[in-house]
Amino acid sequence: MSEAAVEKALDQKMNTVPFKMVGRDVSVYYGEKRALFDVNLDVRENTVTALIGPSGCGKSTFLRTLNRMNDTIENCRVTGKITLDEDDIYDLSIDVVELRARVGMVFQKPNPFPKSIYDNVSYGPRIHGLARTKAELDAVVETSLQKAGLWNEVKDRLHEPGTGLSGGQQQRLCIARAVAVSPEVILMDEPCSALDPIATAKVEELIHELRANFTIVIVTHSMQQAARVSQRTAMFHLGNLVEENDTDKMFTNPDDQRTQDYIMGRFG
Amino acid sequence: MSTSLLLLIIALIGFIAFLAGRSRSFARSGGKLSSLHSLPGYHGSYVAIWATLPALLLLAIWLITSPVYIDYTVRSSLPEPVQSQGAATLQLALGQVKSVAAGFERLNASEISAIENGSANMRETLASKGVALAGEGEPYMVKAAQQFNAMRQYSRWLMSVAVLLVSVAGAFYALRNIDVRFRARNRVERVMLGSLILASSIAILTTVGIVASMLSEAGRFFTMVSPMEFFFGTVWDPRFAAAGSGGASGQFGLLPLLAGTLYIAFVAMLFAVPIGLFAAIYMAEYASPRLRSIAKPLLEVLAGIPTIVYGFFALVTVGPFLRDISTQLNGVLTGNYQNFIQAQSVITAGIVMGIMLIPFVSSLSDDIITQVPRALRDGSLGLGATRSETVKKVILPAALPGIVGALLLTASRAVGETMIVVLAAGVAARMQFNPLEPMTTVTVKIVNQLTGDLEFTSPQTLVAFALGITLFVITLGLNIYALYIVRKYREQYE
Amino acid sequence: MTEFASPTARVSTRPAASRRDIGIKRRYAAERRFRAFGFGAIAIGLFFLAVLLWSVVSKGYTAFQQTTITLPIEFSEKVIDPKNERATDPKQLFTANYPLLVREALVKQLGLDPAKRPLVKQATDMVSASARSQLRDIVVADPTVIGKTIPVTLLADANIDSAFKGQIDLTVDEARRKVKDEQVAWMNTLAEEGVLKKSFNTGIFTFGASSRPEAAGVGVALLGSLYMMLIVLVLSLPIGVAASIYLEEFAPKNRLTDLIEVNINNLAAVPSIVYGLLGLAVFINFWGMPRSAALVGAFVLTLMTLPTIIIATRAALKAVPPSIRSAALGLGASKMQTVFHHVLPLAMPGILTGTIIGLAHALGETAPLLLIGMVAFVVDFPGSPLEPSTALPVQIYMWANEAERAFVERTSGAIIILLIFLIFMNLGAILLRRRFERRW
Repeated sequence: MSEAAVEKALDQKMNTVPFKMVGRDVSVYYGEKRALFDVNLDVRENTVTALIGPSGCGKSTFLRTLNRMNDTIENCRVTGKITLDEDDIYDLSIDVVELRARVGMVFQKPNPFPKSIYDNVSYGPRIHGLARTKAELDAVVETSLQKAGLWNEVKDRLHEPGTGLSGGQQQRLCIARAVAVSPEVILMDEPCSALDPIATAKVEELIHELRANFTIVIVTHSMQQAARVSQRTAMFHLGNLVEENDTDKMFTNPDDQRTQDYIMGRFG
Repeated sequence: MSTSLLLLIIALIGFIAFLAGRSRSFARSGGKLSSLHSLPGYHGSYVAIWATLPALLLLAIWLITSPVYIDYTVRSSLPEPVQSQGAATLQLALGQVKSVAAGFERLNASEISAIENGSANMRETLASKGVALAGEGEPYMVKAAQQFNAMRQYSRWLMSVAVLLVSVAGAFYALRNIDVRFRARNRVERVMLGSLILASSIAILTTVGIVASMLSEAGRFFTMVSPMEFFFGTVWDPRFAAAGSGGASGQFGLLPLLAGTLYIAFVAMLFAVPIGLFAAIYMAEYASPRLRSIAKPLLEVLAGIPTIVYGFFALVTVGPFLRDISTQLNGVLTGNYQNFIQAQSVITAGIVMGIMLIPFVSSLSDDIITQVPRALRDGSLGLGATRSETVKKVILPAALPGIVGALLLTASRAVGETMIVVLAAGVAARMQFNPLEPMTTVTVKIVNQLTGDLEFTSPQTLVAFALGITLFVITLGLNIYALYIVRKYREQYE
Repeated sequence: MTEFASPTARVSTRPAASRRDIGIKRRYAAERRFRAFGFGAIAIGLFFLAVLLWSVVSKGYTAFQQTTITLPIEFSEKVIDPKNERATDPKQLFTANYPLLVREALVKQLGLDPAKRPLVKQATDMVSASARSQLRDIVVADPTVIGKTIPVTLLADANIDSAFKGQIDLTVDEARRKVKDEQVAWMNTLAEEGVLKKSFNTGIFTFGASSRPEAAGVGVALLGSLYMMLIVLVLSLPIGVAASIYLEEFAPKNRLTDLIEVNINNLAAVPSIVYGLLGLAVFINFWGMPRSAALVGAFVLTLMTLPTIIIATRAALKAVPPSIRSAALGLGASKMQTVFHHVLPLAMPGILTGTIIGLAHALGETAPLLLIGMVAFVVDFPGSPLEPSTALPVQIYMWANEAERAFVERTSGAIIILLIFLIFMNLGAILLRRRFERRW
């Protein structure tokens, strides 16, 4: 199937796309404080799902439950059920390392390792043993950088430190780094908040292209960005999921009053 | 007037000046405090500073210079034959004159005149008052001593008057200045700032003092023993290099001491670095807050224990333990119950020093590791790396410069450590590479050469300063380089 | 969301078999190993701490008990002042044959035959030779005791002390041990009679140096250390705080202040023995200050402690948020007023904590004090910081070099005293930090 065809099919049959990840009654506690209240949210395969809402509404918290990054925070507790395909990712039999190899993550601020560009991208494949030879590794690095739209800019300086790139390039490097592991889902936590408009545009374009191969969940502060990159949008407020809908519908005719207010800029 | 009484009077004048300044400013303002530029308290302090500071300065200068001047005058008044006998004799004579003078202070007028006209023996009279005189006093000393006492008395009197005058004059000068718009606060603050600067210059003065004192003493040593022989000599045996024997060459070799120092430090690092580093990693990356809050302070207790305690521990526990276990081991293996580890040995000192260094390595590394930004950790974990992979492949490489700096600082401490090696390493200066045998270090020899009776003209004493400057230069190099690395590292993540 | 009534029916699936092999088993094994190393390292560190403390305490706790023998001593005029000269010659009371008094009392107590000289000698050896000065002091203080019989509590000799504490293996051949069978027998009799008994050893806190372990104590050393700590505190706290205030609040950022900064950090890491050399060359050799004096020791320790205090103070000043400064400056306070009225009080807990920790280090420091001659055999209490004295850690060093086993006990006891002081100081620092810790 050609890419265009896929996209068309996806757009047409939005509601028939299978669910990649399903969250049921997901609650998160930080110590005594409850940050998320019984969220039910489904993430569809090969779709960009945007999570929006005012700051402190729990959207990043929910995102981090999807690959159990919350495990790294002291006293953080998650209840409810989240499945990836059919596996409960909080089940004891599920391994967190394996999970994160399937559900990759890109962070708010670009965080390249203080190593060369090549080492940054090859880090994931190396630790997971995804490439057997140097040639294979080279190929993975090249395709990942190509997918991240960074190849042409860095192919001549692969062995220079990744920290020497500009902010936008660093973020795309981080995306390439995530892509190199060939995850099934990529989580993005406000990936453009630290970038200028031109770099933002490039990353958004990239997200659009990545959709063909990956399921993407993106947290964003900017409604315009959600509208531009996503097919589905979920609105959070004060730890509750207010509404989840097709992006077009959400931005033109939302079901919930609060969503409407937020989109109209009444609070946030 | 004694100096302490003088100080008390100056303090009193200062206090009165404070009150006077305050009330004058108050009077000037006509009761309207808001019209004053500075609060009355500042005016008071301003007057008090003028009343005390110049007077104290004068007092200090007088106390330092007047003995020098009096000594000089009395010395040049001594009779010609004494003058011509060279500096050493002159100094001796002056010393005797001073003790006679001290003795005279305790005598009454009739006793002094009895000595003057020769009817009483000076030495006996003085001895009965508890002043011991080395040798019979010469007649000229009586005169010199009297001159000495007279000058001292005059100087004291003059000093008291001058200092008190300056104090009062200062107070009146300052009082005249006080006015409504007078900026007393700024003046007072300038003096405060000056004293702050003075305090921080002590740090510089300490270093200057260390370098200058050691360079000058070591310089005197190098006039007796050539630097080549000191720095490249392989034999350390200062006892038989008596001054004047001419055979001093080759006896003050630094190399065996340096070898011992570095060897023991190396063994200690070999012991402390893996344990300290792993402990730091565990604390920073794995330990629950509860475990961390217990284990971290407990480990730091090790750093708070004085090194003399470690030395004693090595001497009575670790050394004998290693010796006995080696005896048993040798007996079981060969049937010959002979210990092959000496109680005092490189390994004893190394292990105990290693224990002491564990908390240094761990807390310095812990600081460095926790400074690695969380984003890097998340980045790696988010890609599905395990904790240990994250530590090994992301955190440690990122923290490497800082850790290297921390290890250099630790090494500097190992090289300069004294009490453990004094008690546990032995005193034999030998070049050898068996860690089970005793060796000695630079610090041990500094202590050995400087305890007991000292004579600041013999190379045996002065060599300690040459060793000291060597030690200082080595640790300085390590410290500065380490501090530079750590600072660069900190800046990178700030 | 009702349209997704049964979402599981439409969940995407990917058979487990098609999943990639990312070496989970191997990697988790490595993870567990790594973790075990880390835990092991902490365990080893704590193990050594335990061994060190146990070693000191097990050897030293007995030092706080001392065996004493209480004998009715007859201060007979015949022995002390046979020719009745004490009124004219005061020296008589100092040079009298006091050991004879002890011997006579012991002979009487044990019912020995005074003619059997070797036996009598063995018996008198059970009492410390310090008895001479003890009896002398009693008589000199009050000559009217002469002619009376008074019970006096004398120290037992160190060997008897060890034997009574059960530290001497009595199964060893008699010729090869310091306590003879006769003495053990007497010891047991005296103990049964209640004459010989163990009691709390106040002497370890009050005695000065002595070549006899039972009469040696850390009294002089404690006083010397106290003098030094007081002077160090009085000098280093104001100087350190003043220097830090200048460097942190006033100094322009230039080459010179950079140099001072590097310099202070370096001074904090200079080996302590180098400070000893500095003290010897400058204070004693150049300025002519007295050797072995607590004042010189205090000067050296002050220079050594200053960098620690300056670093701690600067950190404490830095932790005070700039908003406090702006607030004060905004009200028209001068920079000096801002610092002294607002910043310094807020930084005080941190400064005091750093000072206590610096003082604790200074209290345990030995090497520089050796060089300025505080390794002295000081029997009398120094009346001022200018008189010869010694310090607690130096006393430990000197005792550690003694061969007698009773000194090992004393040394460990002295270490326990030192550690208790350090524990209290550090606890104080921790409490201070807990009590006043502020999070901005």
